[in-house]
Amino acid sequence: MAEKNVQKSLKRNEDPRLLVGKTTFIDDIDLPGMLHVAIKRSDYSHGRIVKLDVEEARKLPGVVAIYTAEDLGDYWRPGPLQVPPPTAIKGSVFHARPLECIAKNKVRFSGEPVAVVVAESRYIAEDALDHIILDVETLDYVGDLEKAIEPGAALIHEDLDSNLAADVVQEVGSWEKAVAEADLVVKRRLEVNRVAGGAMENRGFVAQWDENLQVLNCWATTQGPIPMRNSIANYLGLMENQVRLMNPAIGGGFGPKIMSSQIDDVVIPWIAIKLKRPVKWFEDRRENFLGTTSERDQVHYAEIALKKDGTILGVKDVMYHNTGAYNPYGMTVPLNTQTHTVSNYRVPNFFTEIKMVFTNQMVVTPVRGAGRSQGVFVMERLLDAAAKELGMDVVEIRRKNILSPEEFPLRTGVIGQDFVEGVLDNGNYPAALEKTVETIGYEKFKSEIQPKLRAEGKNVGIGICMFTEGTAVGPYEGAKVMVGVTGKVTVFTAYSNQGQGHYTTFAQVAADQLGVNVKDINVVIGDTGQWQWGVGAFASRGMTLVGTAIHNASLKVRQKALGLASKVLNTPEDELEMQDGVVRVADMPEKFVTLGELAQRSNPTRGTVEEGMEPGLEAASYYGPPHGATGYGCLGMIISVDAETAKPKIERLVMTDDCGTPVNPMIVDGQLHGGLQMGIGEAFYENLVYDDYGQLLSASFMDYLFPQASDMPDKFEINHMVTPSPLNPLGIKGVGEAGVIATPACFMQALEDALNIKGMEIVESSISPSKLYHYMEKAKSA
Amino acid sequence: MANKVKINVTVNGTQYEREVEPRLLLSDFIRKDLGLTGTHVGCEHGLCGACTILMNGQAVRSCTHFAVMADGADIKTVESLGTMDNLHPIQEAFMEKHALQCGFCTPGFLMTAVEYLEGNPNPTDEEAREAIDGNFCRCTGYENIVEAVKLAAKKMADH
Repeated sequence: MAEKNVQKSLKRNEDPRLLVGKTTFIDDIDLPGMLHVAIKRSDYSHGRIVKLDVEEARKLPGVVAIYTAEDLGDYWRPGPLQVPPPTAIKGSVFHARPLECIAKNKVRFSGEPVAVVVAESRYIAEDALDHIILDVETLDYVGDLEKAIEPGAALIHEDLDSNLAADVVQEVGSWEKAVAEADLVVKRRLEVNRVAGGAMENRGFVAQWDENLQVLNCWATTQGPIPMRNSIANYLGLMENQVRLMNPAIGGGFGPKIMSSQIDDVVIPWIAIKLKRPVKWFEDRRENFLGTTSERDQVHYAEIALKKDGTILGVKDVMYHNTGAYNPYGMTVPLNTQTHTVSNYRVPNFFTEIKMVFTNQMVVTPVRGAGRSQGVFVMERLLDAAAKELGMDVVEIRRKNILSPEEFPLRTGVIGQDFVEGVLDNGNYPAALEKTVETIGYEKFKSEIQPKLRAEGKNVGIGICMFTEGTAVGPYEGAKVMVGVTGKVTVFTAYSNQGQGHYTTFAQVAADQLGVNVKDINVVIGDTGQWQWGVGAFASRGMTLVGTAIHNASLKVRQKALGLASKVLNTPEDELEMQDGVVRVADMPEKFVTLGELAQRSNPTRGTVEEGMEPGLEAASYYGPPHGATGYGCLGMIISVDAETAKPKIERLVMTDDCGTPVNPMIVDGQLHGGLQMGIGEAFYENLVYDDYGQLLSASFMDYLFPQASDMPDKFEINHMVTPSPLNPLGIKGVGEAGVIATPACFMQALEDALNIKGMEIVESSISPSKLYHYMEKAKSA
Repeated sequence: MANKVKINVTVNGTQYEREVEPRLLLSDFIRKDLGLTGTHVGCEHGLCGACTILMNGQAVRSCTHFAVMADGADIKTVESLGTMDNLHPIQEAFMEKHALQCGFCTPGFLMTAVEYLEGNPNPTDEEAREAIDGNFCRCTGYENIVEAVKLAAKKMADH
């Protein structure tokens, strides 16, 4: 039996090239005759365009062209919705207002594009921006989620009656019944702040039109190459295969790079065709903050009904969800919030309502943790509040209500982002809870360590929070596996890689079936010229969906190779084995044929074609799961708070995670580390803050506090559990977002415990020393 | 447009004489004029550290320098370290400790760490963390980078 590669911490195939600086990121692309784009963005958050004068800017030497919405003529049209409306949910209301590539007549957020400058250099293009005059008749800024849908609020889309973008209600059981039977109902208003994806590389787009071949070559930092390719072809009226969209190396994604039908992929290809010269746009950091999408920002009116012994009878949650000025990404984020509010505990009655609200802010689309983090924050904070009122221990109330392994697969009755009813596939949630409790030493901390430290005047507290991570949702992905005549293997996908290690993990999956060295497998990522089908990198789905497609395709190739080798070696298939790049007779290793030779033979020459022949030692496969696979875990933190400065420090961080079969455990840990860092950033450092006029105050790294090395705990203590998912042959679940999901909830729980001020409860997912100080003072004076 | 200024710069051991606009950023000069695209630009306001290079032996942000400020300077970029077949010990350490994911910030970390380890060849955990505190990474959570810096120190001492 060949040595297996899956579940091994192999070093990554892609690393040497990245380490020596010899790879190509989008801004490294430099084509002969290339023009450069800079985008003029509105400084106003809401208003009617009165004048947009680009004449002075056009006169600047080196400026080739400037385009406004008017200049686009009939080509200008709002983009398609990237995710369809939630038709699967009965009674749902959704007012689709997809993105406008360039604002026409009206600007709806500060940072919205109003003109595109094309010049011989980026420096000149940026010079020209200063010569463009934009006059706006300002309208009232709408930023408060609750006031936005009150009568009389300025309308962001004036053809609608209000700024309500969507209203979706889901109810399982009966909340009223839960209240009727409850000993206690706890209500809280909870707020979740807004954070940036914050990839180190900003977004970018390059287009090159080949007039003779009538082919448009595009390079983009997109997380979804095929949907973007389709969107471009559709806009331009080209056949899909006239547009070849390629991902260069991508410097992180974290969600916002999934969006298409924006100014870059709509307008830049059009310019490249019009001017017949290659065109490049590379976003700068300020644009990334102002104009690229971001997420979170919800207000929840949440209630939990319980019995005296802490048993949950029901949960009710009415959330206001900010979608920004448009809602191109449908309901994905708030639906995730709904599904993740009740995914760890037994909640027999659940009422949940989404009020999606238009505001004069940048558009909201998923950011790592997308919606899940909010749902978990709501549920965990409700449990903490209930525990306090009941005089129960925070771990005890969780033990009381946590789902047990015997309950899986569990149909939740709540429809999720994939438009099917949620099904929790499997896992051992109580074991994860106990593992974290034990590793962090919860009992001892509470009974011995904390009292001692408190006696010394130190503020130290502990938090324990559960989470699930809904991953690997549909619709589908696909891949092709091909053995070449050298015996090396190519795996073709048009998935997207932003650092997840797919060049290695995808190869590990194929290697196990084909008996070749992982280093001899070339993984093609994000090239629509080489593979045509798939959806994109979101919802922690790549390893599960593409990985399963690769596994199944590799199995087919294996069968093909064994069948052919059986004829060549004149030996029955069941006596053959595949290892070290050859097919050989199991007990006669000197009798073999190389995979390269089999590949050669799979390409028949004249006179050798048999009926029904399919050339190539290759196969394709597709995988679309019935529903997502759900990872889960438990996070624990010990936090100390400086009595004078109110600065918290994470003394210990323990995480137990189960993501099914870890294809490469080293990479899994890396994903968890990165997620935890984002979660810590979200809880204590990062905040996208708008002023009262809709200006983004934190639009640079001077103001948006990016979590740094010294902000992290000394060590992320990680426990693993492995419960293979029953949904796919390798038992994989996603893991990309696990780290971030429970961090804000756990952080606040530990902070409250550290400060131990009666009546002090943190109801926001983000805090700063000054805010914390405010909380402390308020509680003391109450 | 402003008059161009002649500069003489040595980059990775090669001497270049070029005429540049006074406003040309050093990062753009390195990346576009010299074609050394291993140096990356993440924020253009000196915060993220992706564009860190060595100028006369000192780690600096190339995005907050003008090319003309490098006249007469000796510059080293990530391309000066190792090759695909013969990685520098710091590059080996980053690979072994999984201290990179997307790899965009990595050249800045490598140049920062190389300079630091010359001054302090045997850092403690805390010192290694402090050394890279000015560079941003969104993927790794930094722990593996701290480990890689320590491993690099060991490898370089053994060399």
